[in-house]
Amino acid sequence: MLITNLILALVVLTNLKLLGSSRLGAMIRIVAAQGVALGILPIFAHWQEFSLHFALLALGTIIIKGIVFPWLLFRAIRDADFGRQIEPYVGYVASLVAGVLALGASFWVCSRLEMPGEIASPWMAPVAFFSIFAGLFLIVSRKRAASQVLGFLVLENGIYTFGIGVAVKTPFLVEIGVLLDVFVAVFVMGIAIFHINREFDHINTDRLSQLKD
Amino acid sequence: MIFALVLIPLLAGLLAFVLPTPALRRGLLVGTALVHSALTAACWKWTPAPALGGWLGLDAAGLLFVSITSGLFLVVSFYVVGYLGQEANRHAEDFEEGFLFDNAPEAVFIGCLLLFLAAMTLVVVSQHFGLLWVGIEATTLASAPLIYFHRHHRSLEATWKYLLICSVGIALALLANFFLGVAATQTAGDGFPMVLSNLVAHARELQTPWLKAACLLFFVGYGTKMGLAPLHTWLPDAHSEAPSAVSALLSGAVLNCAFLGLIRVQQICVAAGLGDFGRSVWIALGLISVVVSAVFILGQTDYKRLLAYSSVENMGIIAVGIGLGGVGAFGAMLQAVNHSLAKAMLFLLSGNILTRYQSKSIARVRGLLTAAPATGLLWMAGFLAITGMPPFGLFLSKFTILKAAFDSNHLWIAVVLLAFLAVIFIGMTTAFLTMSQGEPEKTTSRIADRWWQILPPALLGLLVLWLGIFVPDTLSNVLHQIASTLGGAQ
Repeated sequence: MLITNLILALVVLTNLKLLGSSRLGAMIRIVAAQGVALGILPIFAHWQEFSLHFALLALGTIIIKGIVFPWLLFRAIRDADFGRQIEPYVGYVASLVAGVLALGASFWVCSRLEMPGEIASPWMAPVAFFSIFAGLFLIVSRKRAASQVLGFLVLENGIYTFGIGVAVKTPFLVEIGVLLDVFVAVFVMGIAIFHINREFDHINTDRLSQLKD
Repeated sequence: MIFALVLIPLLAGLLAFVLPTPALRRGLLVGTALVHSALTAACWKWTPAPALGGWLGLDAAGLLFVSITSGLFLVVSFYVVGYLGQEANRHAEDFEEGFLFDNAPEAVFIGCLLLFLAAMTLVVVSQHFGLLWVGIEATTLASAPLIYFHRHHRSLEATWKYLLICSVGIALALLANFFLGVAATQTAGDGFPMVLSNLVAHARELQTPWLKAACLLFFVGYGTKMGLAPLHTWLPDAHSEAPSAVSALLSGAVLNCAFLGLIRVQQICVAAGLGDFGRSVWIALGLISVVVSAVFILGQTDYKRLLAYSSVENMGIIAVGIGLGGVGAFGAMLQAVNHSLAKAMLFLLSGNILTRYQSKSIARVRGLLTAAPATGLLWMAGFLAITGMPPFGLFLSKFTILKAAFDSNHLWIAVVLLAFLAVIFIGMTTAFLTMSQGEPEKTTSRIADRWWQILPPALLGLLVLWLGIFVPDTLSNVLHQIASTLGGAQ
């Protein structure tokens, strides 16, 4: 329980750090750290029913989220121009304030929700909702394509956290399928970032605004 | 048999990446499409046994949608082969801004097309909600490289929006899956596998608040992919920038896959006694889609975007039909079949027009009937079909939905629907008539259309016409079976 809560606290801190961070390289590393933390979470959250299934899944998650994704993303932004200062649509301080408010709101909402029977830690659901908010916020408030992909990953991490917390009985095949889908999603997005980078000389999505009615 | 339906295109797709010559790859594409549709046709005669402990199975809805998907893919694959022969390995000039661009390698294009077919098949044969989710996300990922076939900045923009908007939407549908899991855990003690038949059987034991929350999130998630306004923003961009054959598949097959996901949700809602709640959401989203698409269709300047907004409109009409239930649901399913055929036909024809006139602007296309009589005639037939003129199939299905609205005392729904359908009709008429009539400019090419440009859309057009005159009993039985699981007055 203690370790589970420590991991969840780490997830909250990494989310806040992401909301206030402007450097892409640092953000990729933070998301990787969050991925690894979530990879070992199911082992501690459900250590009574530890099985090969959990071990394999944890290993897969850690490898994909902790090693493959950062590598892919660093490769995709290899030639990006980091010198240029890119202001997000919402400033970093305002993002942090919004994050703290959302954290409070998540805990308040979850205190009023009727959770099913057994749940690994009372923090599980609020932290999951906070991650989902942080991910969505990053996607809509940042201009860089890579930041948006990181937002997508945080969103997915939040949903994954919720899944570990409540839906213990998710079958192995589905979990593998989800992991595979997320992997391919980031892979395809990485390729897209690479092309955006080449086409526009930088990776801002505010230049992707030609198609409209 | 079900395994074969998914695995054959999957393996063929992987094989396409490594085959050495274009001829082999194109042969593989058509061959796989033929085998797949033959297997699908066999499913109508011999119902395949469920596989993987009931996770994979073909119910009435699955059978209908796998047939649409497989049939469309077969027709489109012939078009693609001709198209690739014309586009292969040359630097193309962008006709809007005049720069040179490359096309994606053909191996990637054909490989992704086949993987795309595998993903769509997985969606329609999945009875398990988790697997259904995996399939729907896979369709997004396999089709993204297809939209980016012409490698320039506009298609890149469309691809990026498509990827991000749909992935986020579908991620929320994953959360909805977990909510559904929560709704199922407490009552049955251990919880039970999230297989459709299981959930329907135990629907009364599901926790209502969690089920409602799951339902709403499913609407956001799969609704994004289905193109229901206001979540449709990716759709016009992706449809207008993708090669026309891909637009045809996106509009005719993928939107249906997401629709099928939502049908499954509605089936559970009905079984759980929340049918009215689900139906109100369907009607709200449906009417918003019709209104929004009417606004953008009126005065639209780009004919591929026009067709894309018409897809939003049709998804809206389908949603209203499901929302009305009973006869309306029957009409909605018929509308889904007809729309797939008619819209795929129109998108293929838009590809012909684009090659001839080198422009997507409605104003730049003149005298289509003179310059390309075959394409022009089909284009006008497609216009009559998609706007629901008799004797085409969409007349029958729209009429059924409207009749359901009148009969069930939802007069205001019928009035709103009719008013905006009229607006859309005016917008479409203006566009289609200006394109067909008049004298083409001297620079317009007068080369006769090739067979692959005419036969596939003509075949689709004939099918829509046939369905307007006569709905076969086998088809109508399947449609009734689906409608009966969706609730509402019978």
